[in-house]
Amino acid sequence: MLNAGDTAWLLTATTLVLFMTLPGLAMFYGGLVRAPNVLSVLMHCFAIGCLVSILWLICAYSLAFAPGTPWIGGLSKIFLNGVGRQTLAPNTTVPETVFFMFQMTFAIITPALIVGAFVERMKFESVLLFCGLWLLVVYVPVAHWVWGGGWLNSMGIMDFAGGLVVHLSAGASALVVAVLLGPRTGFPGDLKPPHAPWMTMVGASMLWVGWFGFNAGSALTAGGDAGMAMTVTHISAATASLVWVAIEWAKFRKPSLVGMVTGTIAGLATITPASGFVGPASALVIGLIGGAACYFVVSIVKQRFEIDDSLDVFAVHGVGGATGILLTAICVDAALGGAGLPELRSMSYQFAVQLLGVIAILVWSVVASYAIVIGVKAAVGLRVGKEDEEKGLDQTTHGESGYNI
Amino acid sequence: MRFIVAVIQPHKLDAVREALAKAGVQGLTVSEVRGFGRQKGHREIYRGAEYDIAYVPKVKLEVAVPADFAERVVETIRDSARTGNIGDGKIFVLALESAIRVRTGETGASAL
Repeated sequence: MLNAGDTAWLLTATTLVLFMTLPGLAMFYGGLVRAPNVLSVLMHCFAIGCLVSILWLICAYSLAFAPGTPWIGGLSKIFLNGVGRQTLAPNTTVPETVFFMFQMTFAIITPALIVGAFVERMKFESVLLFCGLWLLVVYVPVAHWVWGGGWLNSMGIMDFAGGLVVHLSAGASALVVAVLLGPRTGFPGDLKPPHAPWMTMVGASMLWVGWFGFNAGSALTAGGDAGMAMTVTHISAATASLVWVAIEWAKFRKPSLVGMVTGTIAGLATITPASGFVGPASALVIGLIGGAACYFVVSIVKQRFEIDDSLDVFAVHGVGGATGILLTAICVDAALGGAGLPELRSMSYQFAVQLLGVIAILVWSVVASYAIVIGVKAAVGLRVGKEDEEKGLDQTTHGESGYNI
Repeated sequence: MRFIVAVIQPHKLDAVREALAKAGVQGLTVSEVRGFGRQKGHREIYRGAEYDIAYVPKVKLEVAVPADFAERVVETIRDSARTGNIGDGKIFVLALESAIRVRTGETGASAL
């Protein structure tokens, strides 16, 4: 039966999650690039938002959430077929249109996260083609496996708001795109610094607030589950922010704003899969571990492996998401203040399922993204010319300037 | 007449302007510029990666004065812009051939 309170909260949460991408993530990323590329990054996020929305209506929602096989959903809800004002989303107290919209905002932010891997050098048509294909080939099946009644869902995987579906899938795919696309000219030693760290802070703050919709909204009800999810989300974000800035302060003698707000996002990504299952004390631990793990992987990816995952999508989202998934199996324990595992399920079984989920999503994201990038490269190419890259994408691709002063 | 160009630390601009006003300078032009001298640039660290900032933000002052006033102006800028640290800037003095006030058409020192 429809519940007005739940519906009102989910309508609100949906709004918050869209706000995470537009303009939150766009500004978070936009501030980190060179000034002559700022518009291109905002454009990527915005265009992905529009493109994914259309695909979501046409078939992506149905393939993710309509009844189907363990591997992929069915086609019964293409174009929201059969879904009207009175239709409730299965097993919920909210209209299916609201659930459709809520899930759409997740589908929007996930490919938008990958933008961070390819900023400042990828052709716009390649961005659109890659992201459209990626939604259908990576996001949709993974969402079905984990949330839509697919095989991982049947095994009892615990991914409350998208550690696997959103963060690991985006993070792993980002690494593949970065490798195949190649680094920005000048990487690693001769790059320009972020042009507007203040913009990155504003974007991170919008992401933080929006994340309340992301995690607490994933309860799908306006009750205690949402309240606890919001609480642990906030605590993890605050903890990881302090962890990141403390490491930098000790290492470089300067506590940096960019470092602090990057820690925020690491803490948010790490708590995401756990947010519906754990208590506030665990949130401190998750923020601590998530912040530290993501920090160290940034330099491993960039300096050890010399992969130009430009805005650290894998290190922050991939590592955060996977870490959170694994910690969920432990922190869910009622003795640790968590919601407790279902009866007759052991922690070791749950940990094995979580680990299997991490491996499966990692492998599928890498393999499928690799194939998509190769396909896009053959069809329209990947990179802009070197001269265009130097001049910046704002003028050469979009014919605009971020700052006309 | 002399044309004095000074490149100074941005945070010393207000002190220099006040000192020049006190000395009797009636007008000057300021621009935000970037450059480097012996100080070279500096390094900034974002997410653990070091960036060489080759060009440091500076402020460039331009002021035209009668020749007999130039030394006083140079000393004023020198003293008020100085912190003692590397990167305090430079002052250049050029001979100024002519000056014209746009509104009245006056020329020479009376146009300054």
